[in-house]
Formats: sequence, structure tokens, C-alpha cells
Amino acid sequence: MKTFCSVWLLLSLVELSPAPPASQEPPLACTGAPDPAPPQPETAEDMASTGDLEPTHYPARRAAQVALHYLNTHHGSPFRVFGLQQVHKASAEDVAAGGRKYKLDFSVTDWGSGSATMNKSSEEFFSNTTDVLNIAGPALRCSADVLFPRTERHSAPEVQLHCEALHQINSTAQEEDAFYQKYISPDSAVSARDIPDSFGNVSEEMQPFWRLARVAASFIMLRESSENTEFNMAKVASVTQQESSGEQLMLEFVVLLHDLPSQVTHKHTHRLWTLMDTEAVCVLTVCVCSAGDRSVEAAGVLVSRQRRQGPADRVAAQMPSRHQTPKLTL
Amino acid sequence: TMKGSVISVLVVLAVVDRLAGGLEHRSYDYTKYHTMDEISAWMNQMERENPDVVSSMIYGQTYENRNITLLKIGFKSTTPKKAVWMDCGIHAREWIAPAFCQHFVKEILGSYKTDSNVNMLFKNLDFYITPVLNMDGYIYSWRDKTTRLWRKSRSPGTGNCTCFGTDLNRNFYANWGMVGISRDCCSDIYNGPTALSEPEAKAVTDFLGAHQNEVLCYLTIHSYGQLILIPYGHPNISAPNYEELMEVGLAAAKAIKAVHGTSYKVGTAPDILYANSGTSRDFARLIRIPYSFTFELRDKGNYGFILPEDQIQPACEESYQGAMSIVNYVHDKNFKSAAITGTLATVF
Repeated sequence: MKTFCSVWLLLSLVELSPAPPASQEPPLACTGAPDPAPPQPETAEDMASTGDLEPTHYPARRAAQVALHYLNTHHGSPFRVFGLQQVHKASAEDVAAGGRKYKLDFSVTDWGSGSATMNKSSEEFFSNTTDVLNIAGPALRCSADVLFPRTERHSAPEVQLHCEALHQINSTAQEEDAFYQKYISPDSAVSARDIPDSFGNVSEEMQPFWRLARVAASFIMLRESSENTEFNMAKVASVTQQESSGEQLMLEFVVLLHDLPSQVTHKHTHRLWTLMDTEAVCVLTVCVCSAGDRSVEAAGVLVSRQRRQGPADRVAAQMPSRHQTPKLTL
Repeated sequence: TMKGSVISVLVVLAVVDRLAGGLEHRSYDYTKYHTMDEISAWMNQMERENPDVVSSMIYGQTYENRNITLLKIGFKSTTPKKAVWMDCGIHAREWIAPAFCQHFVKEILGSYKTDSNVNMLFKNLDFYITPVLNMDGYIYSWRDKTTRLWRKSRSPGTGNCTCFGTDLNRNFYANWGMVGISRDCCSDIYNGPTALSEPEAKAVTDFLGAHQNEVLCYLTIHSYGQLILIPYGHPNISAPNYEELMEVGLAAAKAIKAVHGTSYKVGTAPDILYANSGTSRDFARLIRIPYSFTFELRDKGNYGFILPEDQIQPACEESYQGAMSIVNYVHDKNFKSAAITGTLATVF
């Protein structure tokens, strides 16, 4: 049975640009202007906290948010998006290589679907709404190490993550399959703007695209995160289906990412390709364009993740620097 | 007969009157977001329908020359009363905040006659409630989908800057410019060319200054984050009553959680959110208003600023309990004997 578990994600960091032409080549051609510098606050935050951290305070929460972005890049889907519920315990220490490593014990909930069920009981719920999509599912307990490197130029944090009972989450493979089948048809041309609309509405048809945008945005939010940022996706400005080549479902998202400390909303454009895959290992490929470079080899990150039905508890991957050559396994 | 036609005329007039004025009364939907025009009309209506306890006050003008208006709510008194201040919508995109102010007003007006607690509050306190402080920004955020996430005021940039707006909540005379701001006028946390450059911030400053001895409690309503923030925004400055503020805040968070299970965190901004300066909350505490809190309402980032309308009701219900928890604490501290022997005042 085919599963929707391969996602090729192309990131082109274009602030305001027309959509690049759809490519029939392997979907790793990057176009666009150099990416803007990540936001830095005007004043240095006091990050002297080392040792045990107060779980309700922002240093622990920001680090947990980074782990959450990582979780969503690995286990998010059109039918699953995780949100941070609570940090239980946190500590931080400076590391020899120059950076700070956070150790976190936290819980997440699945914002994506009310149908996700797990063995744990819920600590937080919205009982007064009938819209299942507003109900956070039961909590999933996770632990993570988050390393913020201290380099002159910003580099992405490194995350090691383990969540209990991840494999017990009800699979959304069927929904993903139906989603893929619906939109892979040659005359499908999804095009939508402003999700949600100004009143918070997301139509049922747009829900999976909204979540997919969030998953894709998680790659960017993860990469751009530092101890001075706290990112959420504010909205999807647009989603446009590109002409597909063969089996690939190709979508271009323009998203607005909100950073809490600076209150700035950043616009990002990225393209998402999907591939139906019968292999046991699914592949995500992220291509990050560096300044002026249009070739695939300029930058790439390969993150492999295991199929949800398999033993997928321990997911550990490093986010290499942007100049690492990608290796592809299919 | 003559009598018959007089009666028919009266009936016709009554029906016409109901059609004209009564329609709004039945159809104001507190579970929807409202335009500034609708909110202004609603404020007029609240004043018209509750003349014994509601009066409006214009206390300043926005940059675009709109009247900044509050509703003063409580039993009328010839002597000055202690007061609770609440402002909503200092940041344009935080639509749930003005929705909360409207809900709060609806709740207290709907219960003061029958609820002895609210009745006692009306007797001893006045509520000064500004449903939308940053009217220009709020209206701008309604203009179209591209403006929905506007935050600041709508004053033009000064000097070489072509961007609009100052972050009103960085513009107050409270450690202005020290931390958590940007000097780039295009930034969403631009604190203005000078402190109190913005007429909206000046209006609040002037009012609080004039009523300094009356205002016991300052509440400013924002979103998102599910937080209750206490002064100060600067990491090295502590409020003299920090412990008490934490206690009161934690009690409010507990009251919020009891409604729908929603968790709020409590602490100073530098602890649980980020350091900042020039905030209205800090200004209130600095001029010795003892209880000063920022509420950051739902949610935690899933919808963020664009909270769906079907969450307005539960978000407001829980936050109402949180706000009332604080108001009651403040009241009881100042009116101890009244709290014990509170009686239903005869109003009508």
C-alpha cells in the first residue's frame, strides 16, 4: 500500500517574488534572492541561565519550541501537527565547542487531528467547542537535547529527540493516501490565499494544506531558530499547486512566520514536492539556496525518517551546515 | 373612535421604535469579531440602555483624529470612587482583546442587578473600560487580508523613514527605550521617535495621571500566549509588591483554568516572555497603581493572532474569571468591611 511519506521540500528564501517556473527536473533547483539575515533583537537577551531552568520561563520554552519544530519536520503531515503543551523540566549548560545545550522534558499535543488517540490522558483540552480541530489531543511526552551553536554566522540548532509512544499514534496513512490521490489528478490546480482568513476560518478542504504548510514552515523555523527567537506560523499567505511531473504532487507555499521576541512577521516562500513511496524509508530533502547560487549542490540537507508503522521512537538527526552536499537515498 | 386611533398611532410608533433601536439589542453577537463602527455603535447602545450605570468619556484623539472613548461603569456617585482600568486593542491585530472587553462589559451589565458580588463592585468601584485603544490600527487591520497582521499605530514615520506606526506598548514613559525595542521605524517594536510621541499613549497617560489616586488596578488586554504578566519589563527592576502580584496572578490563572482547562503562565515579562520597556503596564505601576497586569489571551501559537470566532466565547469566559479574580482581590483589600457586610444596593 502506497503511503504518503515522502516529501521533497525546496526552500527558496525569497521575500517578495513571483513564483519561479515549475521545473520538470529533479525538484532541487533553487531560485531567488539571497536570504535575509535572521532577525536579531536590538538588545542582547540575558542568557546566563545555566543549570536547572524554570520550566515556565522563556529560555526553556524557546528551546522546547525548537524541539517541536524538529518533531514536526519528522512526524508532521497534512493530518498531524504538534503543538507545545508544557515544559516539565529543563536545564542548560555551556558546551566545550562553544554553544549551549538544553535538556528538556516536555509534552506535546496533536493540533492536527482530533482523531489521534494515545494511551495518555489529556491535561489540557478545550471542552466547550464542537470543532474537533480546536481540541488538542492527548499529550505525548518527549525528551530532547537542543544545542544552539555559538558561531559568528547563525547556524541551525541541533536536536536529538525522543517521544514516548510515538509509534502508538494512529496512523494517518489512509487520509494521506486519499489526499494524495485527490490532488495528483492532472486537472487538479489548487490555489488558495489567506489561510486562515481574517476571522480564523480554515475550510475543511484547506485544513490539510494548512497543516502541510506548517510542517514545511517547521524546516525554516527550525533552521532560523536561536535562543533569541520563538517562531510560530502566523498564516499561509498562499498555496499554489504547481504542474506535477509524473507522481510528484508539487505545491508552493508562501507563509508568514511570526517571531515573538521581535514581534516581526517574516514572509517565506517554499515549494513542497511529494512522492509516493513504497520503500520502508521515506526521504525528506531540503534544499536551501545560498546567495545567487542556482545549483542543487550548493546546499542541501538530508533527513531520513522512518515510516510511521515501523519502530520510530528514536529519531536522531543532525542539521548540517548549509554547505553540505546532499546525499540521496531512495 | 378617537381613542382607538390614538392607540393605533401609539402602537405604530412603538413598533417603529423597536425596529429602529431594538434590533441591535437583540442581534449584537458577542461571538463574532466586530468592526470599529459596530463597536462604537455598541458603546452608544450600552450607554443608552444602561443610563444609571454607564457613561462614556472621550479622553483623547488618535493620530487619525478619532475620539478615544471609554465606558465608565458603576453606580453613579457624587464623590470620587476607586476604579479599575481596562484597555483592549492596544495592538491592532489582537482582535480577541476588544472582543474580550465587549464580553466583559456585557457580563457585568447583565449581572449587577442580580449578582450580589458584581453589585457590590458597582457600588464601591467604577470600571473604566476602553474596548479599542488603537482605533486607527484596528481599523487598518480590517482593511483587507494583507493588513490583518498590523500591530502598531498609524502615525507616519519621521525623518527618512517611510514606514508607518509606532508600537504603542513601547511608547510609554516607563524606562522608555531601554530594552526590547527597535530604533528602526519599520520594526513592529519601534518605540517611537520619543516617549509619548503617540497621542494614544498620551491619552492613557493623561487619564491615569489625572485619576492616579482612584485607580487601584490596571489591566491591559493582549494576545497571544496565554500569559499573565506582572511589572516590570526590565530584567533588573522589581516591583515592590512582586510577591503579592505573583500570588494574585497565580490565583487568576487558577480561576481561568477552572473554566475550560486552559493553562496560563504567570510572571514578569523578562521571565516568561521577553524583556521590554515603555509598556503601559509598567507605566501604571510606576505611578503607583499597585495592581498592574497584562493579559495575553488565547492561544499559544496554533492560530496565534487569528483566533477563530468559535473560540471567542470560551476564551472570553475563562479570561473573565481571571480578570474578576483580580478585581475581587483588589476590591476586598480596599473595602474589607464592605466585603463582609455587602448588601444589594437599591437601584431601581
